[in-house]
Amino acid sequence: MIDLAAFSWRFLKVWKRNLVVYQRIWKVSFLTPLFEPLFYILAFGLGFSGLIGSVHYGGADLSYTAFIVPALIATAVMWNAFFETTYGSFVRMYYQKTFDAMMATPLSLEEIIIAEIVWSASKSVAAAAIMLTVLGLLGFVQLPMGLLLIPLAFVGGLAFGAIGMFFTGIIPTIDMFNLPIFLFVTPMFLFSGTFFPISNLPGWMQPFALAFPLYHLAELARRFSIGTSETGTIISIGYLIVFFLFFTVLSFGAMKKRLIQ
Amino acid sequence: MENIIEIQNLVKTFDGIAAVNEISFFVQRGEFFGLLGPNGAGKTTTIRMLYGFSPRTRGKLRIFGMDISTEYRKIKARIGVCQQDNTLDPDLTVEQNLHVFAEYFAIPKKEAFERSRELLEFFALNHKKDAKVLELSGGMARRLILARSLINKPELLILDEPTTGLDPQARHQVWEKLEELKETGITVVITTHYMEEASRLCDRLVIVDHGKILVDGSPEDLIDRYAGRHIIEIEGPDQALIEYMKKHDFEYDDLDRRLILYEPEGRDLNHTIRERFCNEKCIYRNSTLEDVFLRLTGRGLRE
Ligand SMILES: Nc1ncnc2c1ncn2[C@@H]1O[C@H](COP(=O)(O)OP(=O)(O)OP(=O)(O)O)[C@@H](O)[C@H]1O
Ligand SMILES: [Mg+2]
Repeated sequence: MIDLAAFSWRFLKVWKRNLVVYQRIWKVSFLTPLFEPLFYILAFGLGFSGLIGSVHYGGADLSYTAFIVPALIATAVMWNAFFETTYGSFVRMYYQKTFDAMMATPLSLEEIIIAEIVWSASKSVAAAAIMLTVLGLLGFVQLPMGLLLIPLAFVGGLAFGAIGMFFTGIIPTIDMFNLPIFLFVTPMFLFSGTFFPISNLPGWMQPFALAFPLYHLAELARRFSIGTSETGTIISIGYLIVFFLFFTVLSFGAMKKRLIQ
Repeated sequence: MENIIEIQNLVKTFDGIAAVNEISFFVQRGEFFGLLGPNGAGKTTTIRMLYGFSPRTRGKLRIFGMDISTEYRKIKARIGVCQQDNTLDPDLTVEQNLHVFAEYFAIPKKEAFERSRELLEFFALNHKKDAKVLELSGGMARRLILARSLINKPELLILDEPTTGLDPQARHQVWEKLEELKETGITVVITTHYMEEASRLCDRLVIVDHGKILVDGSPEDLIDRYAGRHIIEIEGPDQALIEYMKKHDFEYDDLDRRLILYEPEGRDLNHTIRERFCNEKCIYRNSTLEDVFLRLTGRGLRE
């Protein structure tokens, strides 16, 4: 099913194409990761923490702000990658016919898909790096250990980029991305131990939270920025990698079915 | 002569319906080969199989003597494709479109830049090199697609309706460029709905309909074979004329308000018709490829 000859470093050419386009708009794109965490910290950290006090997590008592800051990085990683391979890739594939043009060159469809996913992960890395700078300066992230958030953002970005690409392969029209966002991303955003520990969830919901890639990403983000987590580091990294591989393979199938007729 | 393309009994079905149904042809190095046919005839489907975009359902297809399903990288490195849809990258400028495309072919940067400059020059797009693609006129966009398809110095150029939607000036300009390219020995497969374009550019062509090849030959040869040298168009034909033609067994098409008479070789019917049967208006003219096309594919609307 997987044809090894279809994979080569040529995928970097497609990645580079996206970079060329990004260079024109980066000035706008970097504002979000710069200011968004500040808004959240203001709203939740300052506004909310008075109501909450401390959060019991991983055997320690954390201030609410300290608890959510790593999760903010994790969700930014998720949104950046997921939006890129859903809306971004869909526009390129469907409206701009960019993939059609590429397929008249020696590029394989697999390389195009890999490039899109890797590109989405790169955008996650860029966002995480900017956030890390801000949050590190404010003292919310321990350094130098926090630098591990950069490679983590890449792995997390791959996982969310891959599932986004899969949705792009099966979704009939662009408005229908609402559906996976509503059914999958939003619940994940809220219930992955991002804004409160999953131990506060009803018992029957906890296994679902454990299946969310965002849960593992947020866990790892906490491990790397404040040195505490509730799940094994290797397990969480392994989960993200398996998730990425699984949905990448699924998206090869979906995109082939969609584009190659 | 070396065969650049060899197709034998090629079939493509979509949900059991054949869009391309057992077609066979070959194209030799240096030839300009035309693929004509009404809307939905199967031209684009054939072309997509040629450059490896769609897998074939059945049949043999070899390009440069290689199999596209296994050696697609080698083949695609040596062909240029101009798709029917506009597939220019709207996120990039004119020049970036060429540079980025060159990357896909792994052309070294220096060479890519040089080649882009030459191509922009050749297609008179130099003054637009920093423009966004969406700011280009239809004619310029087409020229840019052509330029882009030449970035890898292809031996085989595949053009799916390269001049559709262009004004006559732009179309003539594209023809001139294609003729200049022909001098370089490039092989071209082209589809078009403009018969004048096919007559002017193609050394050989096939007319397809419903996924099958109806005829193949050079434009002149096809005109001779299927439309005679001359045609007389008679407006408002009367019964007497029809009887006269039936009696002499002349070939004609009766379109109700208009009758098209294919003058047989060596007969001068023009005078007879004018004197005896011309009630309203009669035109005596050379036959064209369009006559052949309409005769073979019928005059009914498609799709
Ligand atoms: N992806 C597809 N799925 C189903 N049917 C298809 C598909 N692509 C083409 N067809 C059908 O195959 C037939 C041939 O289409 P094709 O696009 O090859 O025609 P064409 O000769 O290029 O026409 P045109 O001159 O309009 O471009 C048509 O009946 C079309 O509806
Ligand atoms: Mg077509």
